[in-house]
Amino acid sequence: MKKLDNISKDRFQALVMKAVDGDLSESEKSTFETLIAQNPIYKKEWEEFKKLKEVTDKVQLYEPTQEEWDMYWNNVYNRLERGLAWLLLSFGTLLILGFATYKFIEEFYLSPNIPLIITIGITAVFSGLFALTLSIIREKLHIRKTDPYKEVQR
Amino acid sequence: MTLLTETELIRRSQKGDKHAFGIIVNRYKKRAYFSALGFVHHHERAMDLSQEAFVKTWQAIKKIDASRNFFTWYYTILKNSCINEIRKISTSAKPYSQVDTNTLEDIEDYGMDTLRSIEKDELKQTVWQAINQLKENEREILMLREFQNFSYAEISEILNCPQGTVMSRLYSARKALKEKLTTYFSDEI
Repeated sequence: MKKLDNISKDRFQALVMKAVDGDLSESEKSTFETLIAQNPIYKKEWEEFKKLKEVTDKVQLYEPTQEEWDMYWNNVYNRLERGLAWLLLSFGTLLILGFATYKFIEEFYLSPNIPLIITIGITAVFSGLFALTLSIIREKLHIRKTDPYKEVQR
Repeated sequence: MTLLTETELIRRSQKGDKHAFGIIVNRYKKRAYFSALGFVHHHERAMDLSQEAFVKTWQAIKKIDASRNFFTWYYTILKNSCINEIRKISTSAKPYSQVDTNTLEDIEDYGMDTLRSIEKDELKQTVWQAINQLKENEREILMLREFQNFSYAEISEILNCPQGTVMSRLYSARKALKEKLTTYFSDEI
Protein backbone atom coordinates (compact mmCIF):
# COMPACT_ATOMS: atom_id res chain seq x y z
CA MET A 1 0.00 0.00 0.00
CA LYS A 2 2.87 2.27 0.93
CA LYS A 3 4.54 1.49 -2.40
CA LEU A 4 1.30 2.33 -4.21
CA ASP A 5 1.18 5.70 -2.40
CA ASN A 6 4.71 6.46 -3.53
CA ILE A 7 3.91 5.55 -7.12
CA SER A 8 0.83 7.73 -7.18
CA LYS A 9 2.76 10.60 -5.59
CA ASP A 10 5.49 10.44 -8.26
CA ARG A 11 2.82 10.13 -10.92
CA PHE A 12 1.01 13.12 -9.47
CA GLN A 13 4.18 15.24 -9.43
CA ALA A 14 4.78 14.54 -13.12
CA LEU A 15 1.13 15.10 -14.02
CA VAL A 16 0.75 18.31 -12.04
CA MET A 17 3.87 19.76 -13.70
CA LYS A 18 2.48 18.87 -17.12
CA ALA A 19 -0.87 20.36 -16.15
CA VAL A 20 0.80 23.63 -15.06
CA ASP A 21 2.64 23.78 -18.40
CA GLY A 22 -0.44 22.76 -20.41
CA ASP A 23 1.30 19.61 -21.66
CA LEU A 24 -1.18 16.94 -20.59
CA SER A 25 -2.37 14.45 -23.21
CA GLU A 26 -6.05 13.47 -23.25
CA SER A 27 -5.45 10.23 -21.31
CA GLU A 28 -3.17 12.00 -18.81
CA LYS A 29 -5.79 14.69 -18.36
CA SER A 30 -8.41 12.16 -17.36
CA THR A 31 -5.98 10.41 -14.96
CA PHE A 32 -5.05 13.75 -13.45
CA GLU A 33 -8.65 14.81 -12.99
CA THR A 34 -9.39 11.50 -11.25
CA LEU A 35 -6.36 11.97 -8.97
CA ILE A 36 -7.32 15.47 -7.87
CA ALA A 37 -10.98 14.50 -7.49
CA GLN A 38 -10.01 11.66 -5.14
CA ASN A 39 -7.40 13.50 -3.11
CA PRO A 40 -8.13 16.94 -1.58
CA ILE A 41 -4.40 17.48 -0.77
CA TYR A 42 -3.54 17.01 -4.46
CA LYS A 43 -6.39 19.32 -5.41
CA LYS A 44 -5.14 22.04 -3.07
CA GLU A 45 -1.61 21.67 -4.40
CA TRP A 46 -2.86 21.92 -8.00
CA GLU A 47 -4.75 25.13 -7.16
CA GLU A 48 -1.60 26.60 -5.59
CA PHE A 49 0.57 25.68 -8.57
CA LYS A 50 -1.99 27.28 -10.90
CA LYS A 51 -1.78 30.54 -8.93
CA LEU A 52 2.00 30.38 -8.90
CA LYS A 53 2.00 30.00 -12.68
CA GLU A 54 -0.23 33.07 -13.00
CA VAL A 55 2.30 35.04 -10.94
CA THR A 56 5.42 33.82 -12.77
CA ASP A 57 3.73 34.41 -16.14
CA LYS A 58 3.68 38.11 -15.28
CA VAL A 59 7.47 38.12 -15.07
CA GLN A 60 9.43 37.91 -18.29
CA LEU A 61 13.15 38.28 -18.86
CA TYR A 62 14.60 41.30 -20.62
CA GLU A 63 14.67 40.80 -24.39
CA PRO A 64 17.64 42.46 -26.12
CA THR A 65 16.90 44.80 -29.02
CA GLN A 66 16.93 43.60 -32.64
CA GLU A 67 20.13 45.58 -33.18
CA GLU A 68 21.82 43.68 -30.35
CA TRP A 69 20.74 40.36 -31.87
CA ASP A 70 21.96 41.47 -35.29
CA MET A 71 25.39 42.32 -33.86
CA TYR A 72 25.64 39.13 -31.80
CA TRP A 73 27.51 36.98 -34.33
CA ASN A 74 29.72 39.93 -35.36
CA ASN A 75 30.81 40.31 -31.74
CA VAL A 76 31.56 36.58 -31.45
CA TYR A 77 33.42 36.67 -34.79
CA ASN A 78 35.50 39.67 -33.70
CA ARG A 79 36.47 37.85 -30.52
CA LEU A 80 37.45 34.75 -32.51
CA GLU A 81 39.67 36.83 -34.79
CA ARG A 82 41.10 38.96 -31.99
CA GLY A 83 41.93 35.86 -29.94
CA LEU A 84 44.18 34.64 -32.75
CA ALA A 85 45.57 38.15 -33.30
CA TRP A 86 46.47 38.50 -29.61
CA LEU A 87 48.13 35.10 -29.64
CA LEU A 88 50.26 36.01 -32.68
CA LEU A 89 51.05 39.46 -31.27
CA SER A 90 52.11 38.05 -27.89
CA PHE A 91 54.18 35.30 -29.49
CA GLY A 92 55.91 37.75 -31.87
CA THR A 93 56.56 40.31 -29.14
CA LEU A 94 58.07 37.69 -26.83
CA LEU A 95 60.26 36.41 -29.65
CA ILE A 96 61.54 39.90 -30.55
CA LEU A 97 62.01 40.96 -26.92
CA GLY A 98 63.90 37.76 -26.14
CA PHE A 99 66.21 38.26 -29.10
CA ALA A 100 66.71 41.97 -28.29
CA THR A 101 67.56 41.14 -24.65
CA TYR A 102 70.03 38.50 -25.78
CA LYS A 103 71.73 40.92 -28.24
CA PHE A 104 71.73 43.71 -25.63
CA ILE A 105 73.44 41.51 -23.04
CA GLU A 106 75.87 40.21 -25.64
CA GLU A 107 76.86 43.62 -27.03
CA PHE A 108 76.52 45.87 -23.98
CA TYR A 109 77.44 43.88 -20.90
CA LEU A 110 80.18 41.83 -22.50
CA SER A 111 81.79 44.83 -24.20
CA PRO A 112 85.08 45.81 -22.51
CA ASN A 113 84.79 49.41 -23.82
CA ILE A 114 81.79 50.46 -21.64
CA PRO A 115 82.69 51.79 -18.16
CA LEU A 116 81.28 49.87 -15.17
CA ILE A 117 79.39 52.94 -13.88
CA ILE A 118 77.44 53.18 -17.16
CA THR A 119 76.64 49.46 -17.04
CA ILE A 120 75.34 49.79 -13.47
CA GLY A 121 73.37 52.97 -14.37
CA ILE A 122 71.71 51.38 -17.42
CA THR A 123 70.87 48.24 -15.40
CA ALA A 124 69.25 50.39 -12.70
CA VAL A 125 67.23 52.38 -15.28
CA PHE A 126 65.91 49.23 -16.99
CA SER A 127 65.19 47.49 -13.67
CA GLY A 128 63.27 50.57 -12.47
CA LEU A 129 61.27 50.80 -15.70
CA PHE A 130 60.43 47.09 -15.51
CA ALA A 131 59.30 47.34 -11.86
CA LEU A 132 57.19 50.45 -12.61
CA THR A 133 55.51 48.80 -15.60
CA LEU A 134 54.67 45.69 -13.56
CA SER A 135 53.29 47.83 -10.72
CA ILE A 136 51.07 49.90 -13.08
CA ILE A 137 49.74 46.78 -14.83
CA ARG A 138 48.98 45.14 -11.46
CA GLU A 139 47.21 48.28 -10.21
CA LYS A 140 45.13 48.63 -13.40
CA LEU A 141 44.08 44.98 -13.28
CA HIS A 142 43.16 45.28 -9.60
CA ILE A 143 41.08 48.43 -10.19
CA ARG A 144 39.31 46.89 -13.20
CA LYS A 145 38.23 43.92 -11.07
CA THR A 146 37.00 45.84 -8.03
CA ASP A 147 36.02 49.34 -9.20
CA PRO A 148 32.26 49.69 -8.45
CA TYR A 149 32.06 52.81 -10.66
CA LYS A 150 33.66 51.32 -13.77
CA GLU A 151 30.35 51.45 -15.67
CA VAL A 152 29.80 55.12 -14.79
CA GLN A 153 30.61 57.44 -17.67
CA ARG A 154 33.06 60.08 -16.49
CA MET B 1 23.81 26.64 -46.14
CA THR B 2 21.31 27.67 -43.47
CA LEU B 3 19.33 24.50 -44.29
CA LEU B 4 22.21 22.21 -43.36
CA THR B 5 21.71 19.88 -40.44
CA GLU B 6 23.36 20.67 -37.14
CA THR B 7 25.65 17.64 -37.49
CA GLU B 8 26.87 18.89 -40.87
CA LEU B 9 27.36 22.43 -39.52
CA ILE B 10 29.43 21.10 -36.60
CA ARG B 11 31.53 18.98 -38.99
CA ARG B 12 32.17 22.03 -41.19
CA SER B 13 33.04 24.12 -38.13
CA GLN B 14 35.49 21.42 -37.07
CA LYS B 15 37.23 21.93 -40.42
CA GLY B 16 37.58 25.65 -39.62
CA ASP B 17 34.48 26.97 -41.42
CA LYS B 18 33.56 30.07 -39.40
CA HIS B 19 30.49 30.74 -41.56
CA ALA B 20 29.04 27.35 -40.55
CA PHE B 21 29.78 28.16 -36.92
CA GLY B 22 28.04 31.52 -37.39
CA ILE B 23 24.87 29.71 -38.44
CA ILE B 24 25.02 27.61 -35.26
CA VAL B 25 25.57 30.76 -33.16
CA ASN B 26 22.60 32.48 -34.78
CA ARG B 27 20.43 29.42 -34.14
CA TYR B 28 21.27 29.30 -30.45
CA LYS B 29 22.05 32.91 -29.51
CA LYS B 30 18.70 33.56 -27.82
CA ARG B 31 18.81 30.38 -25.76
CA ALA B 32 22.44 31.12 -24.92
CA TYR B 33 21.69 34.65 -23.76
CA PHE B 34 18.66 33.68 -21.68
CA SER B 35 20.56 30.78 -20.11
CA ALA B 36 23.35 33.17 -19.07
CA LEU B 37 20.79 35.67 -17.85
CA GLY B 38 19.33 32.96 -15.65
CA PHE B 39 22.67 32.64 -13.91
CA VAL B 40 23.98 36.20 -13.72
CA HIS B 41 20.76 38.28 -13.85
CA HIS B 42 22.46 41.10 -15.70
CA HIS B 43 21.79 41.94 -19.34
CA GLU B 44 25.25 43.09 -20.42
CA ARG B 45 27.10 40.38 -18.52
CA ALA B 46 24.75 37.75 -19.93
CA MET B 47 25.47 39.01 -23.46
CA ASP B 48 29.19 39.03 -22.77
CA LEU B 49 29.32 35.60 -21.10
CA SER B 50 27.16 33.92 -23.74
CA GLN B 51 29.39 35.31 -26.51
CA GLU B 52 32.55 34.34 -24.67
CA ALA B 53 31.20 30.80 -24.23
CA PHE B 54 30.71 30.57 -28.01
CA VAL B 55 34.37 31.58 -28.44
CA LYS B 56 35.42 28.86 -25.97
CA THR B 57 33.19 26.36 -27.79
CA TRP B 58 34.85 27.27 -31.10
CA GLN B 59 38.26 26.75 -29.53
CA ALA B 60 37.18 23.27 -28.40
CA ILE B 61 35.05 22.48 -31.45
CA LYS B 62 37.21 19.54 -32.55
CA LYS B 63 36.38 17.71 -29.31
CA ILE B 64 32.62 17.95 -29.90
CA ASP B 65 30.78 14.81 -30.93
CA ALA B 66 28.99 16.07 -34.06
CA SER B 67 26.17 13.58 -33.64
CA ARG B 68 25.21 15.04 -30.25
CA ASN B 69 23.16 18.15 -29.59
CA PHE B 70 25.36 21.25 -29.87
CA PHE B 71 23.54 23.23 -27.19
CA THR B 72 24.10 20.52 -24.56
CA TRP B 73 27.85 20.87 -25.10
CA TYR B 74 27.69 24.66 -25.23
CA TYR B 75 25.53 24.85 -22.09
CA THR B 76 28.19 23.03 -20.02
CA ILE B 77 30.81 25.60 -21.11
CA LEU B 78 28.42 28.50 -20.50
CA LYS B 79 27.39 27.23 -17.07
CA ASN B 80 31.03 26.92 -15.97
CA SER B 81 31.79 30.44 -17.25
CA CYS B 82 28.78 31.84 -15.41
CA ILE B 83 29.64 30.07 -12.16
CA ASN B 84 33.21 31.41 -12.38
CA GLU B 85 31.88 34.91 -13.03
CA ILE B 86 29.49 34.67 -10.05
CA ARG B 87 32.38 33.56 -7.81
CA LYS B 88 34.51 36.49 -9.02
CA ILE B 89 31.76 39.05 -8.64
CA SER B 90 30.65 37.80 -5.21
CA THR B 91 33.77 39.43 -3.75
CA SER B 92 33.19 42.75 -5.50
CA ALA B 93 30.92 45.70 -4.71
CA LYS B 94 27.60 44.48 -6.20
CA PRO B 95 26.74 40.79 -5.89
CA TYR B 96 24.35 39.20 -8.40
CA SER B 97 21.96 38.31 -5.62
CA GLN B 98 20.78 41.90 -5.81
CA VAL B 99 17.92 42.39 -8.20
CA ASP B 100 18.87 43.99 -11.49
CA THR B 101 15.65 45.48 -12.80
CA ASN B 102 17.13 45.59 -16.32
CA THR B 103 16.81 41.81 -16.33
CA LEU B 104 13.08 41.95 -16.10
CA GLU B 105 10.70 43.09 -18.75
CA ASP B 106 7.15 44.28 -18.67
CA ILE B 107 5.07 42.10 -20.92
CA GLU B 108 1.99 44.25 -20.78
CA ASP B 109 1.33 47.27 -22.96
CA TYR B 110 2.72 50.61 -21.92
CA GLY B 111 -0.77 52.04 -21.39
CA MET B 112 -1.14 50.78 -17.80
CA ASP B 113 -1.72 53.29 -15.05
CA THR B 114 1.04 54.29 -12.63
CA LEU B 115 -0.30 52.38 -9.64
CA ARG B 116 -0.52 49.15 -11.58
CA SER B 117 2.94 49.78 -12.92
CA ILE B 118 4.37 50.13 -9.41
CA GLU B 119 2.51 47.02 -8.24
CA LYS B 120 3.86 45.12 -11.22
CA ASP B 121 7.42 46.26 -10.52
CA GLU B 122 7.07 45.15 -6.92
CA LEU B 123 5.67 41.81 -8.03
CA LYS B 124 8.50 41.27 -10.51
CA GLN B 125 11.13 42.14 -7.94
CA THR B 126 9.53 39.92 -5.32
CA VAL B 127 9.35 36.95 -7.69
CA TRP B 128 12.92 37.55 -8.79
CA GLN B 129 14.14 37.80 -5.20
CA ALA B 130 12.35 34.53 -4.37
CA ILE B 131 13.95 32.84 -7.39
CA ASN B 132 17.36 34.09 -6.23
CA GLN B 133 16.81 32.48 -2.84
CA LEU B 134 16.28 29.03 -4.36
CA LYS B 135 19.01 26.38 -4.45
CA GLU B 136 21.14 26.58 -7.59
CA ASN B 137 19.74 23.37 -9.14
CA GLU B 138 16.17 24.51 -8.41
CA ARG B 139 16.80 27.92 -9.95
CA GLU B 140 18.47 26.40 -12.98
CA ILE B 141 15.61 24.07 -13.86
CA LEU B 142 13.04 26.78 -13.19
CA MET B 143 14.81 29.20 -15.52
CA LEU B 144 15.03 26.60 -18.27
CA ARG B 145 11.35 25.68 -18.10
CA GLU B 146 9.60 28.79 -16.86
CA PHE B 147 11.48 31.57 -18.61
CA GLN B 148 13.13 29.90 -21.60
CA ASN B 149 10.36 27.43 -22.42
CA PHE B 150 12.59 24.43 -23.03
CA SER B 151 10.63 21.18 -23.35
CA TYR B 152 11.10 18.45 -20.74
CA ALA B 153 13.05 16.39 -23.29
CA GLU B 154 15.36 19.33 -24.03
CA ILE B 155 15.95 19.99 -20.32
CA SER B 156 16.66 16.30 -19.83
CA GLU B 157 19.34 16.49 -22.55
CA ILE B 158 20.81 19.79 -21.33
CA LEU B 159 21.06 18.64 -17.71
CA ASN B 160 22.02 15.11 -18.73
CA CYS B 161 19.42 13.42 -16.53
CA PRO B 162 16.31 11.26 -17.17
CA GLN B 163 13.02 12.99 -17.90
CA GLY B 164 11.56 11.58 -14.67
CA THR B 165 14.28 13.39 -12.72
CA VAL B 166 13.48 16.58 -14.63
CA MET B 167 9.84 16.32 -13.58
CA SER B 168 10.62 15.70 -9.91
CA ARG B 169 13.26 18.48 -9.82
CA LEU B 170 10.86 20.88 -11.48
CA TYR B 171 8.18 19.91 -8.98
CA SER B 172 10.57 20.55 -6.06
CA ALA B 173 11.72 23.87 -7.57
CA ARG B 174 8.18 25.14 -8.10
CA LYS B 175 7.15 23.97 -4.65
CA ALA B 176 10.13 25.78 -3.10
CA LEU B 177 9.28 28.95 -5.05
CA LYS B 178 5.64 28.64 -3.99
CA GLU B 179 6.72 28.44 -0.35
CA LYS B 180 9.01 31.46 -0.69
CA LEU B 181 6.24 33.49 -2.30
CA THR B 182 3.58 32.46 0.19
CA THR B 183 4.96 34.98 2.67
CA TYR B 184 4.70 37.76 0.08
CA PHE B 185 1.38 36.77 -1.45
CA SER B 186 -0.46 35.22 1.45
CA ASP B 187 -3.73 36.48 0.03
CA GLU B 188 -2.97 35.25 -3.47
CA ILE B 189 -1.42 31.80 -2.91
